[in-house]
Amino acid sequence: MSARNRELFALIPATLLLTAGFAAVFIQRDNLLSDVSLTYGAIFLALCLAAHLVLRMTLPDADPYLFPLVAVLACFGLVMLYRLDDELAREQAQWFVVGLIFFTATIVALRRDHRVLERYRYVIALSGILLLLLPRLGSPRNGAYLSFEMGPISFQPAEMAKIAIVIFLASYLRDTRQVLVIGARRFAGITFPPLKHLGPLLAVWGTAMALLFVIQDLGSSIMFFGGFLALIYVATNRISFVLIGLGLFALGARVLYAIRPTIESRVDAWLHPFDPDLYELESGGSYQLAQSLFSQADGGFFGQGFGQAIIQLGNQAPILPAAHTDLIYAVIADELGLLGAVAVLLVYLLIVERGFKTAMLATDSFSKLLATGLTAVLALQVFVIVGGVTKLIPLTGVTLPFISYGGSSIVANFILLALLLLVSDRARREAA
Amino acid sequence: MNAPILKLFGLVLVLFAALAGMTSYNSVINAEEYRDNDLNKRPQIEQAQVKRGVIRARDGSLLARSVKDPEDGLYERRYPPQARRFSHVLGYDYALGIGRAGLERARNDALTGEEDEITSIVDDLRGERKVGDNVITNLDPRAQQVALNALGGRRGSVVAIEPATGKVRVMASTPGFDPGALRRPAVYSRLSRQANSPLFNRATQAGYAPGSTMKVVTAAAALDSGKFTPQSTVSGRSPIIVSGVPLKNFSNRQFGAIPLTTALTNSVNTVWAQVAQTVGRKRMQDYMERFGFDSDLPLDYPDNQMFASGVFDLKREQLIPTGSRRVDIGRVGIGQERLRVTPLQMATVAATVANGGVRMRPSITNRIVDEDGRTVESIKPQPAQRVMSAQSAGQLTQMMSDVVREGTGTAAALDGIEVAGKTGTAELNIPRSINQPWFIGFAPRSQPKVAIAVTLENVIGGQGGVVAAPIAKQVMHELLR
Repeated sequence: MSARNRELFALIPATLLLTAGFAAVFIQRDNLLSDVSLTYGAIFLALCLAAHLVLRMTLPDADPYLFPLVAVLACFGLVMLYRLDDELAREQAQWFVVGLIFFTATIVALRRDHRVLERYRYVIALSGILLLLLPRLGSPRNGAYLSFEMGPISFQPAEMAKIAIVIFLASYLRDTRQVLVIGARRFAGITFPPLKHLGPLLAVWGTAMALLFVIQDLGSSIMFFGGFLALIYVATNRISFVLIGLGLFALGARVLYAIRPTIESRVDAWLHPFDPDLYELESGGSYQLAQSLFSQADGGFFGQGFGQAIIQLGNQAPILPAAHTDLIYAVIADELGLLGAVAVLLVYLLIVERGFKTAMLATDSFSKLLATGLTAVLALQVFVIVGGVTKLIPLTGVTLPFISYGGSSIVANFILLALLLLVSDRARREAA
Repeated sequence: MNAPILKLFGLVLVLFAALAGMTSYNSVINAEEYRDNDLNKRPQIEQAQVKRGVIRARDGSLLARSVKDPEDGLYERRYPPQARRFSHVLGYDYALGIGRAGLERARNDALTGEEDEITSIVDDLRGERKVGDNVITNLDPRAQQVALNALGGRRGSVVAIEPATGKVRVMASTPGFDPGALRRPAVYSRLSRQANSPLFNRATQAGYAPGSTMKVVTAAAALDSGKFTPQSTVSGRSPIIVSGVPLKNFSNRQFGAIPLTTALTNSVNTVWAQVAQTVGRKRMQDYMERFGFDSDLPLDYPDNQMFASGVFDLKREQLIPTGSRRVDIGRVGIGQERLRVTPLQMATVAATVANGGVRMRPSITNRIVDEDGRTVESIKPQPAQRVMSAQSAGQLTQMMSDVVREGTGTAAALDGIEVAGKTGTAELNIPRSINQPWFIGFAPRSQPKVAIAVTLENVIGGQGGVVAAPIAKQVMHELLR
């Protein structure tokens, strides 16, 4: 069976899942099964088919599993959002359309050879950094500069910037990876890159640090810096470079921790979520994390079922804040239990596996590094938000890709998917 | 470059395993602890989504009901004005605010229709709405009001129990509070700071010196041991040395060798101290425990609102076993030493004697009915323990009748109904003559329908027979109407 036919078949369970999910929410809500669930299923199937046809025409050899896996996540997110607020689900569905338009545009623009991106690497890097600086024009949300208000639309530039930075690094490291390794010398048991090339690396580190100070958000900084280290490691195969990078990042984070009270309070809230003083704090306290833990505890192994989680009572302040964005994983754990939450993690893991597989199949260094970097930032983004929600690391506000509500997140992640499929198509064609 | 990519994937596997591990910890392994966390209001919200059952008095009058807040769909508790007279025993349910107390807390499972997992899944599938059951109590609103009026705003407590069944008819504690007013947390915090502790249920939580009412316990142990009969004579001279310290009778009155009946009628300290010493610490401890001392009484009431009666070490804030060598057993026998008892405990002592020596489990709840009025659970009279033989109980009843007929307790006598009882006057501050007056008793003597304990805090110059006995009389009169 051809790759595209496999993809087509794999889309069927995703659509069925969506239809069944909507049906479950309807039954829970109104005690009746309306055909609206089928309508939603049909629209979603139509969207998937449209994207599938684009792939069939433009990237016939691309990985057949990536798109259906993303479709599963997307439909899962749509059902969860519909359960929280049908208005949000409608908007999210519209964002999916926008996302698919960008997805198609990216593929059409780069289908001949995605390596043209290398030519524009400095432009891309610069625009990525400028994007990140945008929110500084506005006011911080929860102490971090992550979103930018454009009229009614709130835009999170970090989502787009992560792709720009990966493209730049993949291209830059393709050029310098040889010299980084060859010129390296050992000192005190640690291999240091040659001084001449240490400069650009320090520049990247400095940029990441500057970003950390500019956006003042540990979560997205971990995402950027983690992606950077992953690329350095794959490009040079030197664990020592990673350790040096980690040490420098820890140093920067420590300084920021000391001078920025928002970061400190995040860490305090993480260490003592049930401290009454931190819990009662108006903003930046531990209320959100504590509620996240309580709602996961409510879910148990099998979950309470769709629509059963306690999110909000009447018009009062929500009991579980940011349920549709930061804490959507907690809602999943509450309603679908440990089983459902781990299933979601497994879908991400499968996407990551396909992403790295694509990187390994790719023949040129840039494609390899690009696929690796995109996959790594995606995995890190999941780790940062799910880790925050489950109290593995301090909670910071990034979205759960393809599931959380948010236009910029959907659009950016569909572009990320398009780039992965572009790399995959070429790699698999050359391998065949 | 493929080897490092593979290693990177390995790292991602490890990171995701940690995520799954943390989720397991939160959702399953440590879930119980998170659910029980005080900050977690989810269990209370879930219960507030259920229509909580009503609570009614014995005569069917409403004490508590629930109304739905259209704003958030949650039920809130409302208390009609007559709930005020039952403030402590009824308690309150503001689970999303100040919490729960009293019967509202003790019967929470029934009131919220809490059922086992399987029933609830079956009901869920059948689409049945969960509704709480109603609680019908044994409480008598008129007698309760008589008790409150008789206490007259003074700090104190009245407990009345049906001896044969353990049904709690009256449980009054003054000062009280309006359960409806506690809806505002500010009222709660103001009342909880008030010096006269209106939120404190004196009937079950207050440990008072029992004074001479304790002699009933000593007499039960003495008669049941076979070492004494009501006719056994003991010298009543005063003072005598007990545990190295002189012990005097009231007004240092002198008695010769007198029978125990006379010694109870006149509440002769020196006689009962000697009796307790002869009975011995072990047997005294045994009989106190049989009466329910040293542990919470088995009442349908929250543990945190119960005090176990016994010899209480104030410094260590814990009970000392009565049999311990550190305890002056002679003085325990006359209700002195560091003995601290609750009104509920002393009502139980009276009820046990009245019931022929068998202590019944006290119960506030009469039955639990579902929303259609079908009885879900009926609280059957349950013996807790046989404390003494029927013969000993009969002898003790005779002795206690004499107390009311011709002794210190005449003020409790009812027209045409024979009352048995015992007065007590614990002297808390002799120079300032601050006393804790008591009366315990039951009526009618032959077929007791009510057993009672009455006590008041810090009454200057107050004698049990003068201050407490008339209150007992009024309440018994109402309950025997």
